[in-house]
Amino acid sequence: MATSPTPAAERENYLNTEYGIRSWLLTTDHKRIALLYLLLITFFFFIGGFFALLIRLELLTPAGDLVQADTYNKLFTMHGQVMVFFFLIPAIPAVLGNFLIPIMIGAKDLAFPRINLFSWYLLVIGGLLMMYTILTGGADTGWTFYPPFSTAFAKSQVVTAALAIFVAGFSSILTGLNFIVTIHRMRAPGMTWSRLPLFVWANYATSIIQVLGTPVLAITLMLVALDRLFAFGIFDPQRGGDPLLFQHLFWFYSHPAVYIMILPGMGVVSEVVSCFSRKRIFGYKFMALALIAIAVLGFLVWAHHMFVAGISLYAALVFSLLSYLVAVPSAIKVFNWTATMYKGSISYATPMLYAFGFIGLFTMGGLTGLFLAALGVDVHVTDTYFVIAHFHYIMVGGMVMAYIGGLHFWWPKISGRMYPEAWGKLAALIIFVGFNLTFFPQFVLGYLGMPRRYWQYSPEFQVLNVLSTAGATILAVGYVLPMVYFLWSMRYGKVADENPWGAAGLEWMTASPPPTFNFDETPVVTWEAYDYANLKEVPVEP
Amino acid sequence: MSHSPAVVTHDQVHNPALQHHFATMEQQQEASTMGMWVFLITEIMFFGGMFTAYMVYRYMYYQAFVAGSEKMDFWWGTINTVVLICSSLTMALAVRSSQIGQRKALVVLLIITMLFGCVFMGIKAIEYTGHWKEHQFPGTNFHFEGPDPQHVEIFFSLYWAMTGFHALHMLIGIIIVGVIAFYSWRGKYGPDYYNPVENVGLYWHFVDMVWIYLYPLLYLISHKHGG
Repeated sequence: MATSPTPAAERENYLNTEYGIRSWLLTTDHKRIALLYLLLITFFFFIGGFFALLIRLELLTPAGDLVQADTYNKLFTMHGQVMVFFFLIPAIPAVLGNFLIPIMIGAKDLAFPRINLFSWYLLVIGGLLMMYTILTGGADTGWTFYPPFSTAFAKSQVVTAALAIFVAGFSSILTGLNFIVTIHRMRAPGMTWSRLPLFVWANYATSIIQVLGTPVLAITLMLVALDRLFAFGIFDPQRGGDPLLFQHLFWFYSHPAVYIMILPGMGVVSEVVSCFSRKRIFGYKFMALALIAIAVLGFLVWAHHMFVAGISLYAALVFSLLSYLVAVPSAIKVFNWTATMYKGSISYATPMLYAFGFIGLFTMGGLTGLFLAALGVDVHVTDTYFVIAHFHYIMVGGMVMAYIGGLHFWWPKISGRMYPEAWGKLAALIIFVGFNLTFFPQFVLGYLGMPRRYWQYSPEFQVLNVLSTAGATILAVGYVLPMVYFLWSMRYGKVADENPWGAAGLEWMTASPPPTFNFDETPVVTWEAYDYANLKEVPVEP
Repeated sequence: MSHSPAVVTHDQVHNPALQHHFATMEQQQEASTMGMWVFLITEIMFFGGMFTAYMVYRYMYYQAFVAGSEKMDFWWGTINTVVLICSSLTMALAVRSSQIGQRKALVVLLIITMLFGCVFMGIKAIEYTGHWKEHQFPGTNFHFEGPDPQHVEIFFSLYWAMTGFHALHMLIGIIIVGVIAFYSWRGKYGPDYYNPVENVGLYWHFVDMVWIYLYPLLYLISHKHGG
């Protein structure tokens, strides 16, 4: 940049245009709502993390000595429900997507700003219900609510947990709806579909799943609640109900939901890899189509969660084959990120380190998913720690890495300040080491036959469990570090100019932090996405 | 506010209903209509879960479902179907009135739509009371004379859940039609801005459509009318 950046305080932007609690709680500015989400889900991330640490502490020794078996059931249930519904699902869409999608497509706001604020309040209400559930003893059904245990036997707060997730689900539905309409109707002149950043494509694919899947979860949880409250017996086998029907309905949402938790991360990684390789993303159209393909295929594979539940062999065969198909678009993504880096001018800034972490760990999580899609292997490792390790590689190694990497990448845009780069790299390294130390031993444990959801285990598993617990401690340090230096940087960080990374994309052509309506004038797009070859010719606003 | 003359020409065509983040009224209308359609898709998926359960259990326990269906009141169900179809007609006419700027007709038609909705809810309440008294609410209260009472109970569980969620949607519909009627009376809608009326109409028709499916699935399995 020719001129040295002016400190954010001297310019009017979305942060300093208004002050006071009302200006935040009643805002309809998508950027402020994104920050409200950031606060809310960070809170729940640490609640969920607290449960995870208690789980790991209990598993430090083979005996069930720290907590009772019933307490342990509640710990992993609350860990799962909080992390899935109050952190992972809203994480990238509601924070980074909310902040970035309108700016990336050159719009002033999302299509429905008030619905956007309403979505945040729904998550708050759902969160309060979840906190109520936790403080009154918690639920102990596992995050999956399987009947007949959840409907007829569990003596815990199943109904309030279901209600919390029901309400949070509508937050997710309305966010998805808002994104779909925004991406269809609010693009700036010249911002064609083939010029959309892949981050926008990724959130579009995610929104499709949110809109089509979440309502099915909502009605399924309502039927469970009706079962508990009024003894409807719809899923009660003693009265002719079919618990397998519950599993079908539940996984019809909850398998696609794991793609809600990974697709937006793929969007972040595409932006970061392209920027720090100084190259246009390799195979843009395939990358965009692969995102949509994963979203669509994701709806056709749910019964691979039920291979041992008693479904017909032929159904299992079909679902196994369809599950393998998901590997094709997933592999396209990994190959194309690699090809983007090939002969690029790679720099190792913090966001890029997270992108590397994502690509490696997602690949491992994805490949072990193929083990689980194989009918024979699945029988051996169902409900063991192999499954736990597999989905944590996707959700924590994949999604959380991408989320934190994305926060670093766009932090200058969000806050107007740079985070401290050396600390950023250190935290990325700690998280990578801590993550692998936590979860890699669990692959081995699962393969050796250690079942999930038990508070004690055979002594021969102890060494690997101690490694895992040690890793979790390191991981916790890695997660606290960015929170500390992000807060520090808001006051003391170096002032960021509008494009500190020299990145392509509309969000880097407006001030950091952006003004309330994002651009002083509606931009007209005349260039392709990731146009790093011609970046100097990109017209920068005067 | 900018002082440049270019902005003044922009303001000349500025409709007061145009929200700041849309460029034109057309864009605003397209966005909100699309939003409503996407929302209705989510509603289809919501009810779809229950229709799936219905299909599965009807396939498994067909005789019990016929027995349960015989306990439905054919005439109340039929009258309610006619009432809802009429309400869709008045709703559609209301949308037209807003498009051609007939304020009085718009308000009257919306109120008639609400009244039809209330008649539907009243009849549903009569039916519910009857089923309750006949011990046809699932759970400990349930009692059924005849073969296979357990699976007849599943029919009634689905009946209460499906019609219950439908009635909840009717209630919400009546309230938002009321809100729209109030703003219509205040003269908010006309040929330049009728989008909210149209969207509420879409919702209303959707809720009617759900009933059009519920009616034969719940009331007409037995093929024996009357009684």
